[in-house]
Amino acid sequence: MMCAEELGAYGLRSLGIGERLLPRSDITLCDQVVLIGSGMIWNVYFGVLALAAGFFLATLLALGKAATSAWIRKPADWFVFLFRGSPLFIQFFLAYEAFVRLPDSIGVGLFGAEGADLGWLTRAYAGALVVLFFNTSAYAGEIFYGALRSVPKGDLEAADAYGLTGFTRFRRIVWPTMLRLAWPAYTNEAIFLFHATTLVFFSGFPAWRQQGDALYYASYFADKTFNPFIPYPIVALYFIVLTLIVISLFSAAGRRLNRHLPSSERPRRPRAIGQLIR
Amino acid sequence: MFEYCSDPSALDGARWLSCYLTNGVHLRFYSSFGTVLLLLAITAPLALAFGFLGAAASRSSVAPLRWAGKTYTAMVRGVPDIVFFLFFVIALDQAFEWMRHQALCPGWDAPIRQGAEFNVCPEAKLPRSSAPQAWHEAYNFSLAIVTFAIVFGAFAANVLYGAMRAVPRAQMETAAAYGMTERQAFRRILVPQMWVYALPGLSNLWMILIKATPLLFLLGVEDIVYWAREIGGSKTSAFSYPHPDWRIWYFSGLLVFYLIFTKISEIVLAQLTARLSAGQATAEGERLRRAAPAGPAA
Repeated sequence: MMCAEELGAYGLRSLGIGERLLPRSDITLCDQVVLIGSGMIWNVYFGVLALAAGFFLATLLALGKAATSAWIRKPADWFVFLFRGSPLFIQFFLAYEAFVRLPDSIGVGLFGAEGADLGWLTRAYAGALVVLFFNTSAYAGEIFYGALRSVPKGDLEAADAYGLTGFTRFRRIVWPTMLRLAWPAYTNEAIFLFHATTLVFFSGFPAWRQQGDALYYASYFADKTFNPFIPYPIVALYFIVLTLIVISLFSAAGRRLNRHLPSSERPRRPRAIGQLIR
Repeated sequence: MFEYCSDPSALDGARWLSCYLTNGVHLRFYSSFGTVLLLLAITAPLALAFGFLGAAASRSSVAPLRWAGKTYTAMVRGVPDIVFFLFFVIALDQAFEWMRHQALCPGWDAPIRQGAEFNVCPEAKLPRSSAPQAWHEAYNFSLAIVTFAIVFGAFAANVLYGAMRAVPRAQMETAAAYGMTERQAFRRILVPQMWVYALPGLSNLWMILIKATPLLFLLGVEDIVYWAREIGGSKTSAFSYPHPDWRIWYFSGLLVFYLIFTKISEIVLAQLTARLSAGQATAEGERLRRAAPAGPAA
């Protein structure tokens, strides 16, 4: 079997299972493929969790931005502006520095005299996830807000005519239509989010015990072999596969959202990246 | 900077701060903002040119040229841009040295790639090891510029390719009916009209480009992130201005810088869109036409 030995040694190395030392000399193609693939676990972890949690916050942010009360609208506006207006790279650095300081300043105030141990926030698996969660929420919130404003007037009038109000009206009419309209752009955002996960270990967050993501291992190999022409194309191939999976999942969901429409009115399937909006 | 700064340990309060913020490393920190702006000023037009060539090649009737254009355009879809950044910086460096090696040292027979080494003859090294530090920095910076231009050129090619397809077909058919050649129609009809369709995508790309500039740090350039980390780190009493870890304040400063920068860009681009849309056969152009008061245009 191809690469079986390497698969056993490094297949779960990014989680700390298997060989402790990374390959140093006589690096084979198998080593690179397996270890970089192992790093993809983290990219998928960050992407999936941030996206799943971000979806709900994004909906709230979109509603917040559309609220009539300035007390709700302004904070939502500022949140979106803060995370969309600044580079993710800086956000990672700033968050890391903030989390490092957290236990001895805010932690004491919030969790009693001795303070809670918030050290886990300085580790990438939690800290970077929080940043990615906020970041994708802000981008998706803006997308959802745009869609919310484009919900056809007739749909809302029909909802009123049926006597739907409040949360029922939102859940059954506004929300599905909003998602349907936002879906192509949201697919784009999901792709960008998965791409953004590669930044985690190149910013403030250190890789603990050399447990990093795909790009972390690729740049490790590029440093060790001084040959960029093998590890980076491997990462690229992994990401192309990941992107195709994301697209197929999202277009399946998109089909479901549009299933009540006649086929001529359904939006076309999203292309690999239809419009580059971020 | 100021006269009273000669003995920092004797200072306190506002005077200490004024001396601290104007010492040598801080002046280099401030000038690195210039580095970022310089990168943007060079990269943006260069990437636009790359993108234009890529988009034009994708439409070419010559098959190999079209494939090259399509490949270039498709490059950034599906693969994170930072992979390209890390790749091109080393790959370009090695490519340049390899080409110089072939040209300058024809008699060299040792293999270039030996295990983990990349050995070209000493004459082919870029920059030469005897060159002053400034050349090394300039070389790194230009590698970064070319890398940015290639990657953002691919993004721009996507946008421009879409914009070229958005120009109404009737326009090109009319050009053909007037007896223009393919090339003339491209230059006189397609290119002047495509910009209004390209502008939303290009504005968006400009925002992405601004937010990509901190990646210069990863490419080995002494940019604002480098200096913020360097200066912000805690300084022991061995330094003239000892202080605890202040990186969080420096990064907050960078955050504010980027927020202001993107906000200003947003306002300017919105005005530009309005100006370009005037008189165009698009929804926005129609809206502007209706909104304008009757009478001759000013």
